[in-house]
Amino acid sequence: MSPAGRLGAAAHADEPAERRPPDRGLHYLWRRFRRNRLALAALVFLVGVHAVALLAPTLAPHDPEVIDLLDQFALPSGTHLLGTDETGRDVLSRVLYGARTSLAVALLSMIVAISVGTVLGAVSGFYGQLADALIMRLTDGMLTVPTFFLALLVLAVFGSNLLNVVLAIGLTGWMVVARVVRAEVLRTMPLEFVLASRALGASEARTLACHLVPQAMPAMIVAATLGVAYAILTESALSYLGLGVQPPLPTWGNMLTGAQQYVWKSPTLALYPGALIMCTVLSYNALGDALSDTLDPRQAGS
Amino acid sequence: MFRYLLNRLAQSVVLLLLVSAIVFALVHAAPGGPALLNQPEMDPAQAKAMAQQLGLEDPIPLQYVRWARHVLAGDLGKSYQHSLPTGQLVRDRIPNSLLLSGAAMALAVLLALPLGTISAVYRYSLLDYVATVTAFLGVSIPVFWLAILVIILFSVTLGWLPSAGMVTVGVPFAFGDLLWHLIMPATVLSTFPLAQLTRYVRASMVEVLAQDYIRTARAKGLAEVIVLRRHALKNALIPMLTVLGVLVPRLLGGAVITETIFAWPGLGRLAVDAAITRDYPVIMGVTLLVSVLVIASNLVTDLLYVAVDPRISLR
Repeated sequence: MSPAGRLGAAAHADEPAERRPPDRGLHYLWRRFRRNRLALAALVFLVGVHAVALLAPTLAPHDPEVIDLLDQFALPSGTHLLGTDETGRDVLSRVLYGARTSLAVALLSMIVAISVGTVLGAVSGFYGQLADALIMRLTDGMLTVPTFFLALLVLAVFGSNLLNVVLAIGLTGWMVVARVVRAEVLRTMPLEFVLASRALGASEARTLACHLVPQAMPAMIVAATLGVAYAILTESALSYLGLGVQPPLPTWGNMLTGAQQYVWKSPTLALYPGALIMCTVLSYNALGDALSDTLDPRQAGS
Repeated sequence: MFRYLLNRLAQSVVLLLLVSAIVFALVHAAPGGPALLNQPEMDPAQAKAMAQQLGLEDPIPLQYVRWARHVLAGDLGKSYQHSLPTGQLVRDRIPNSLLLSGAAMALAVLLALPLGTISAVYRYSLLDYVATVTAFLGVSIPVFWLAILVIILFSVTLGWLPSAGMVTVGVPFAFGDLLWHLIMPATVLSTFPLAQLTRYVRASMVEVLAQDYIRTARAKGLAEVIVLRRHALKNALIPMLTVLGVLVPRLLGGAVITETIFAWPGLGRLAVDAAITRDYPVIMGVTLLVSVLVIASNLVTDLLYVAVDPRISLR
């Protein structure tokens, strides 16, 4: 963290809470976040990629699944801006629709991971005792298991459709969230406002949902951002191996499945999807790191 | 020390039982059963006879106990696809996988230590900047894409390195030939752990270098090299052990992809083939075996931790 940031945090902490206007928080966070140029660039890139993915049906010049065997490996031209692939499909359209699939799978599996992790972490921290012991052993166990093999197994057994890919990635990625939420719940539980709420007769569920889990939000947002990066990498690897999202539906991963063989005919074919995966993952990682510095200065790394 | 060891061993056994139960439960929740029994040309009576022969019609808990007993005796069942014992299929591939993953991990550790240290010592220099950005790229690049790119560059375009297999076909085995084939897959596989470790070594070193005892060591006139090696790096390495433990499962996951692309006959490639053909005994066997490897490596890491850090007291 920069020295200026540290000073800012100190000034912030010294100020009496009631004199701070309510919206000052966001402004303040934004000013701190803005100082990180890499993260800002990442944010711009991510907004762009998601917008393009959403608008794919409007932007794509061709149907991404229409095969034209007479027009294989076409070079970039007016009709096919990025050329065509081994079955004559328009590469640009496939990249655009691929963004849709890849990002949707990644975001959905992140939602699965966050939900499972939050529930398990909250229960573990709140109830303690046996529940805590069992859930934390399960978490430790899942962290030691080579999850990629488990994902392979799940997809082999239940088949490779979109839902199963989402579940396979989400259910092997909740462990960090569970730990983070548990730690935050443990930290917040003895605080006065929580005690007050319980003294006023709020139910356990209400205390958890309205007081404890919201306190874990900053840490959860960071975990979620880094989780999306992990999910994109995992989905693309699974799809590349032919076990994830199945063709003809394009994703950035399965567009690369045959790319190795066609290197001579079209060397650029392997370039676009891979570069997009890397830039998107990079951006999510950069954003996650920056958010971690902004939202949680106590844990800021070097 | 003995009690700690016993405790950790017991935990590992429980963990393995848990993993085996999860693996078994997943496979037996499968709709439709193995692809072998779903071939259209097979008539129902034949399929039923085969299912009976494979023991697929008994109650699930019974099947688990039978399977667990066999696994403990070293019998992982017969592959549906290869009509070979899974144990044999797996055994043949363990050395290949260990060679590839071991080489990648060694490469990562050997490079990450000096890189991370230099980065931390010359913080905010051009060198540090380049190393940090490269490490950031390294944790974000998809392994399979990197593999494709290096194959295009070093095999297809330059023709320097072989793109597939462990040895040249039709040539008598030579160690040099094996190393030659190992270079590309090991380098590609080491990218993620190398990048991640470099980041951690740097962060850890930055923290250690700000400590008072480093100032003391410098103040008493020790050479900078000795301060760094004997005082700083030694302490910075303690948290690295934990990171290594976390990286092992991720490394083995990466090995699946690397082995598949470079046609390296290891466990990962076996797992992918088994997953595609729904060869349950093989994929169960591989997942279990890999879990044993990971749990064993974690045990070793924990024990090393105790050996290295005198502050940890043993209960």
